[in-house]
Amino acid sequence: MVAETKKAGFCRILIAKPGLDGHDRGAKYIARALRDEGYEVIYTGIRQTPEAIVKTAIQEDVQFVGLSLLSGAHNELFPRVVELLREQGAADIKVFGGGIIPEEDVRALKDKGVLAVFGPGTVTRDIVAFIESAR
Amino acid sequence: MDLYAGVLAAEPRAVGRAISLIENRDAQAEALIDRLYPHTGKALMIGVTGSPGAGKSTLVDRLIDRERGAGRKVAVIAVDPSSPFTGGAILGDRLRMQSHATDPGVFIRSMASRGSLGGVAAATGDAVRVLDAAGYDTVFIETIGVGQTEVRVVELSDLVLLVLMPGAGDEIQAMKAGVMEIGDIFVINKKDLPGADRLRLEVEYVLSFKNPQGGSDEPVVMASAVNDQGIDELAAALGRRLAQSRADGSLERRRRFRIGRELEGILSRKIHELLDVHVEVSKQLGGWIEELYRKEARPYALVEQQIERFLKDRGKEADT
Repeated sequence: MVAETKKAGFCRILIAKPGLDGHDRGAKYIARALRDEGYEVIYTGIRQTPEAIVKTAIQEDVQFVGLSLLSGAHNELFPRVVELLREQGAADIKVFGGGIIPEEDVRALKDKGVLAVFGPGTVTRDIVAFIESAR
Repeated sequence: MDLYAGVLAAEPRAVGRAISLIENRDAQAEALIDRLYPHTGKALMIGVTGSPGAGKSTLVDRLIDRERGAGRKVAVIAVDPSSPFTGGAILGDRLRMQSHATDPGVFIRSMASRGSLGGVAAATGDAVRVLDAAGYDTVFIETIGVGQTEVRVVELSDLVLLVLMPGAGDEIQAMKAGVMEIGDIFVINKKDLPGADRLRLEVEYVLSFKNPQGGSDEPVVMASAVNDQGIDELAAALGRRLAQSRADGSLERRRRFRIGRELEGILSRKIHELLDVHVEVSKQLGGWIEELYRKEARPYALVEQQIERFLKDRGKEADT
């Protein structure tokens, strides 16, 4: 499935790294790849708290928040972002995640409102297809 | 969501949304700006320009500290370039300001240039109006940072900081004519790098030409934003410059000038849009190009003809 036809209008996406791992190659790679696909990508760097991520998402009025995490704290931090967005009247901002996420955690994360989870080796095309179908 | 009430209450969701409407040229945006307009004019607009990597974002980050320390609410618009090929952009300026992300007195918005020239986006002017109406006391406008053509920031700012750094070679020569003229305060950032003192002398030398009495009116401040050095001096220089421009009436003159430029901008954009709808420029352009290429038409005559036809059609519409 290739999403070659994109919806009209600009789409803003926040790529954020919650948690404490200091390795953001994956996040930067995705930010660049999405830029090359024509999206406006806001990148905020490593070690962001869920609170900072949500405040940023609201100020930047993004349509998507992409969370990247490698350290294993995704089960706490990803749902926390979804929860805070809801609390702050921004439930329409969609959350997806990526990084090293064990298969058995994916279902639970989706149940908690993380719309999609992308593991290592994901091709950009799949992320674009997800974004275009969800926006 | 009532955006008007939300913006006046500085509700972050409303402010964020309002800026998106402006960026996307949404039909509601113009009416919203007109409604907010009476509530604007209180904020101080500070433009921050200078070449890429000069340290604009870090400097703004440090100035936010000082403004917050003085009890003022701060907003930032940080403009980064859009790709001319894909339209995409990476907006990374706020990375250096994230320590303020959860401060309710700070609002930071990244903005892609979306094809606009002059260092800011087309939406920047209206976006700062929203932030002004929302009650932010100080608004920093950080330009893309491509160098010599970033003069449009003057039209939006009460005061412009020009950020320079040593080691950029003959840059100062090239900058004489362009951005050097728009700075009200000059910051030599990364002052610990070799060449910083020399750069200071060069800047002061260039500035001395502007002043027939010699010497310069514009303060030149040495700073190292990363190490938080020189920032208090810069904040003080900013305060003095501002007090001075209030006292001698230049701030008021500048704001009137700004209103004029903004109005001209809106007027020409509106006329352009009107023409595009009625004369169908984008639809007919291909045909006109052909006629001109084959020398079957003359450019000025063709345009005159189109404008005449447009005015006649408008006249008929007004009669009915």
